[in-house]
Amino acid sequence: MVPINYYIILSAILFTIGALGVLIRRNALIIFMSVELMLNAANLAMVAFSSVLKSFSGQIFVFFVIAVAAAEVAVGLALIVEIFKSKRSIDVDQMNSMKG
Amino acid sequence: MQFSEAVSTGFAFLAPWLVGAPIVGLLINLIFGKRFSEGLIGTVASLASGATFIISVLLASTVSAGHGEVIRWKLAEWIHIGSLQLDWTFRIDSLSTTMMLVVSGVGTLIHIYAIGYMHEDVRFKHEEGRFLRFFLYLNLFIAMMMILVSGDSYLMLFVGWEGVGLCSFLLIGFWYELDTLGRSSWANSNAAKKAFITNRVGDFGFLIAGFLMFWYLGNSFQFDHVFEAAKEAPAGIIVAITLFMLVGVAGKSAQIPLYIWLPDAMAGPTPVSALIHAATMVTAGVYLVTRSAELYVLVPQAQYIVAMTGAVTALFAATIAVGQYDIKKVLAYSTISQLGFMVAAVGMGAFVAGMFHLVTHAFFKALLFLSAGSVILGLERGHHHAEHAHDHGKKGKKKEEHRHSDAHGGGHGEVFDPGDMRNMGGLRKTMPVTFWLYMIGTLALAGIVPFAGFWSKDEILLDASLHYPQVYWLLTIAAFMTAFYMGRQIWMVFFGEARHEAAAHAEESKPIITIPLMVLAGLSLLGGALNLPFEGFHNLGHWLEYTLHEVESLPLDLPVAGISTVLALAAIALSWFIYGRNPLTTGQPDPLKKPLGFLFTGMENKWFVDEGYFAVIINPFKKISQFLADVIDWRFWHNWFHETVIAGTYNWVSEIALTRYADQRGIDRAANGLGEITQWLSATVRKVQNGFVRSYALSVLLGVVLILGYLILK
Repeated sequence: MVPINYYIILSAILFTIGALGVLIRRNALIIFMSVELMLNAANLAMVAFSSVLKSFSGQIFVFFVIAVAAAEVAVGLALIVEIFKSKRSIDVDQMNSMKG
Repeated sequence: MQFSEAVSTGFAFLAPWLVGAPIVGLLINLIFGKRFSEGLIGTVASLASGATFIISVLLASTVSAGHGEVIRWKLAEWIHIGSLQLDWTFRIDSLSTTMMLVVSGVGTLIHIYAIGYMHEDVRFKHEEGRFLRFFLYLNLFIAMMMILVSGDSYLMLFVGWEGVGLCSFLLIGFWYELDTLGRSSWANSNAAKKAFITNRVGDFGFLIAGFLMFWYLGNSFQFDHVFEAAKEAPAGIIVAITLFMLVGVAGKSAQIPLYIWLPDAMAGPTPVSALIHAATMVTAGVYLVTRSAELYVLVPQAQYIVAMTGAVTALFAATIAVGQYDIKKVLAYSTISQLGFMVAAVGMGAFVAGMFHLVTHAFFKALLFLSAGSVILGLERGHHHAEHAHDHGKKGKKKEEHRHSDAHGGGHGEVFDPGDMRNMGGLRKTMPVTFWLYMIGTLALAGIVPFAGFWSKDEILLDASLHYPQVYWLLTIAAFMTAFYMGRQIWMVFFGEARHEAAAHAEESKPIITIPLMVLAGLSLLGGALNLPFEGFHNLGHWLEYTLHEVESLPLDLPVAGISTVLALAAIALSWFIYGRNPLTTGQPDPLKKPLGFLFTGMENKWFVDEGYFAVIINPFKKISQFLADVIDWRFWHNWFHETVIAGTYNWVSEIALTRYADQRGIDRAANGLGEITQWLSATVRKVQNGFVRSYALSVLLGVVLILGYLILK
């Protein structure tokens, strides 16, 4: 059986990649995908713990996360489409009209 | 009050009305007087005074019925502090009733006289509204004098003492905006101030005596308690008390060195001079010494000083009287001199003689003053007539103009002085009634048998000859001079020829003026009967014995009486030789001027005492005041201390320390700094809101990492 540490480390790596992707990339779609990546990193960690602790709570959490993420993707993609319609670009750096 | 006492007190319940009656009169006049006629005002005031006289008679009869038993009538509680129990208690005994009778009796006559006198006086001065005021003051005076003589304690006496001083001040300054000649000036009000201030000096002595008494003599002001305690007290204390009291006596009764106010007090209307400054108020000092007899007899040293003060005053004032030209000034110095006789008498322990002289003097000096007032009015009338004769052609003159011309001596080019004896002469023909009244007063004052003054003065001289030879000689010389200056006055005023138009046209006064004078003349003639020096006739002596305990009743001593009578007659003869044989002519200097030389100059100028007081006390005092006001107060306190030190320091502190440092650098900076910090902070923090989503995300991430790190590592 694969030790739990491996899952955790993989999850951390995925999360870090996702986080860096969110922070570094300017393409809204990529950022979006990075967010999904982070979500799934968390999912992975939860599933792994669920299996170790012999509890279904983690798996139920993950179902919820997947469901919410699907909804989020629907809203997020709609937003990106609208932003692209008005700005002809999906570069997030150009969306700084809320600057203080 | 207990029943048994109440029966024996007879009319004692009337005691508060001694003060109440004149106060009621005063209030009636004060409230309704504006609507009353002059006659009614005068009647109310006279009735109030007359009621006091009747009450005094009833009280005297009660004392007499009780064989001199002292009656105390407590009206109200006054001061109750610790052991001091001081009540408003009237003391009715033979001494106080004697004073009451004199004050209210003579006072009533003078009230009546004043109705006539003031009627004319206010018209000569064109100020008729003041008639009422005069009678208000007069009634107030009677009330205060009653408090003075009926008080059962030194403090109550002092209330009256100050009250009569106030009335004296108000009445001397009655024509406060004029001088004695009716010109606009502050002379009269200055005279009033002089009297008041000089009396304050005396009152200071009285107060010190009172404090000492309170401290050393049984913590009380009540006469009997004080006298009881005095028997055990050391003599030094009694000497101090009696001598400080003498200062008060010297102030009120015009003795050396405080007599100077009395001659100036003649600025008041003549009834005032008669009532307050001759007959009653000025005798308060004599009454005080008599009342304190039990203190004085304990200390012969003090008695000697009192007697010498009186005797020296008697002689000194008599010499000044010889050199005066004003009819009232002569009488004023005569009053000082006679008060000297009384003070000498009570100082020697001859209290009965002193009181006797006080009574007779009240009669004849009131008579003389009031007659002098009648003479002055007569001359003013004459002056008026003469003036009208001049002004006959220009009758259309307005009153106001008339007043103006009157106040400044008119077109005559000189100010007419109706009181100057050099303007008189020959008045016995134009004013016969006044002349005879004046003669009676003069003979009584000069001490001619059988007038009242002879008996009382002789009793004093007799006492002096037995106990104090120096006093006897001083008083005898004073008596000689008394007869001389009175003779001089008679010759100058009533004999010879008129030296002024006004004297030639003088008119006799009305009955309302002359009738009270006749009563007084009768009293001056018969007043000696009060205490004749024969066995069985020492009436006043026996009467006062109730209060004074040790009374010497001396028989007539022929040498003493003979010497004084001969001297008085000789003095009158001498005055005839100088003034009567060759009457003065207009503008002639006094015939004594040449033979006496500088002595007469001294007498004429009151021995320069006033000037001396100015040089020794008043001018240095003014200089010190000036120095204190200009240098100490203004320059030092105001300019330097207040302006420079206090205001300067304040300004410096507020400007430099507070404004520049505390306010500008401290508070302003704190407030501005707060704003600046906020601005800087917001400018700094604003940059965080850069609008880049990823930077927000980064901060979220960092935050999470920080929180997680903290949770894990803690």
